[in-house]
Amino acid sequence: MWKNIFTPKKDISKTLYWGAGFTTFLIFLGTWCLLSYGGFVNPLFLPTPDKVVVTAIELFKSGEIFGDIGISFSRVFFGFMLAAIIGVPLGILMGTLRFMEGAFEPIIGFIRYMPASAFIPLFILWIGLGETEKMAVIFFGTFFQLTLMVMDVTKNVQNELIEISYTLGAKKFQLFKSVILPASLPGIVDTLRITFGWAWTYLVVAELVGASSGLGFMIMQASRFLQPEKIIVGIMIIGILGLITDLIFKVIYRKSFGWMRKDGV
Amino acid sequence: MGYNVNAQHKLVIDQVGKVFTTKSGEVVALDRTSFSVNEGEFVTILGPSGCGKSTILRVVAGLEEPTTGQVFMDGKKVIGPGPDRGMVFQSYSLYPWLTVEENIVFGLKLKGISKKERKDIAKHYLQLIGLEGFDKHYPIQLSGGMKQRVAIARALANDPEILLMDEPFGALDAQTRAIMQEILLKVWEESKKTILFITHDVEESIFLGDSVYVMTARPGRLKQNIKVPLPRPRDYQVKSSKEFLTLKSELLELIREESLKAVTS
Repeated sequence: MWKNIFTPKKDISKTLYWGAGFTTFLIFLGTWCLLSYGGFVNPLFLPTPDKVVVTAIELFKSGEIFGDIGISFSRVFFGFMLAAIIGVPLGILMGTLRFMEGAFEPIIGFIRYMPASAFIPLFILWIGLGETEKMAVIFFGTFFQLTLMVMDVTKNVQNELIEISYTLGAKKFQLFKSVILPASLPGIVDTLRITFGWAWTYLVVAELVGASSGLGFMIMQASRFLQPEKIIVGIMIIGILGLITDLIFKVIYRKSFGWMRKDGV
Repeated sequence: MGYNVNAQHKLVIDQVGKVFTTKSGEVVALDRTSFSVNEGEFVTILGPSGCGKSTILRVVAGLEEPTTGQVFMDGKKVIGPGPDRGMVFQSYSLYPWLTVEENIVFGLKLKGISKKERKDIAKHYLQLIGLEGFDKHYPIQLSGGMKQRVAIARALANDPEILLMDEPFGALDAQTRAIMQEILLKVWEESKKTILFITHDVEESIFLGDSVYVMTARPGRLKQNIKVPLPRPRDYQVKSSKEFLTLKSELLELIREESLKAVTS
């Protein structure tokens, strides 16, 4: 059973693989228990696991948390949607037309290194504290990376595939629609999955400043009232929501791109 | 300008040369080359690697512009790629997201040919290449030889005036390659297409061709045109006939000189 655990790239048994992951979780949980129940850390900073669970149940029972989840989700969703609606077509054009690449790559490459969070004060000045500002932060945090990643995906479409299409009589527009788009679609879906994950992290940044609702706001409030258990619940909810959207994208990927796997389903 | 463009020649290659500009200066990939191909003829071009034989094909396909000279197809000057010149690459270049059937009718769909007609044409070619029952398979599920048969069917289904093949069997193992050659001859006899076929394999060039053009090492130039007097239809047994072997040793001698030059220069 313990064979190969130190051999690079060798397969190990499934039990061992999953067991290793489970053990890491247990160690993490065990350390938490030890520190909190053992009284090593002031409960004001680190609550006990059961207190976190009880808080979570209470929050869901009273229903107040659903409003926060809903508002946060809609901010992430619409901010990200806007980034995708503009970023995907733009990225495809940049990946295929040298002119578009020349026009947009430098400026996007420049802006993407500017921290989105540092723009928050500016956004507040420009568009105030409403929903638009929150979505603007998420848009700003994801749009530039997303566009560049889609550009790279499209660039990787095999040149021979494009050449063969010309010899089969494809016109330029048909080339986009029937070759470049379907060829880069798996990469695009994967890019959306990854950048959607980033959108969740920018959500908290957007809601820490000048928000009056949402999960980030809830976390901020809990900090003010010294409720670390509530903070942890908030963080976990965001983590789980991110995990769920990630899974949804993976399911879409599996269902849509059967042609990438030998079994074809 | 030694060619009469109005003659019965299907394809006329007139003084075509290609010079690539690199950092270290200009490289002559193809010296001024002229020859012609008749309607229904199977012409093979035999040359050592890097002799510019693929360049000829790419210029004929319209995928590359010649530095000098011009190409006439049915008396009309070639100015870009088009469906009258079908292409088969060594790397198959199938559309991985389309089924075998959808790959075969790709060009027909671009042309706007009705679904029913496409289905009939696909059926005909699936049968011709011996892949009935594989119509719903995706390229990833096929072997190399099967993929290349689909690529040939895809080019033929588009009903081109000439079929351009760039070392199509170069990536296949020797046994598969021999079988593919026989399949190709069968397909050629049935479809009566004009074929221009590039290879570095002496046996292949004789077995397939009505006429073999031997090329020199870089800069590529036509060295000799050898007619293949072997009767048609040919099967694999012809490869062990005396005529075949005589021709083979003659060509081997020619190509060996060039390969040596290519290696030592």
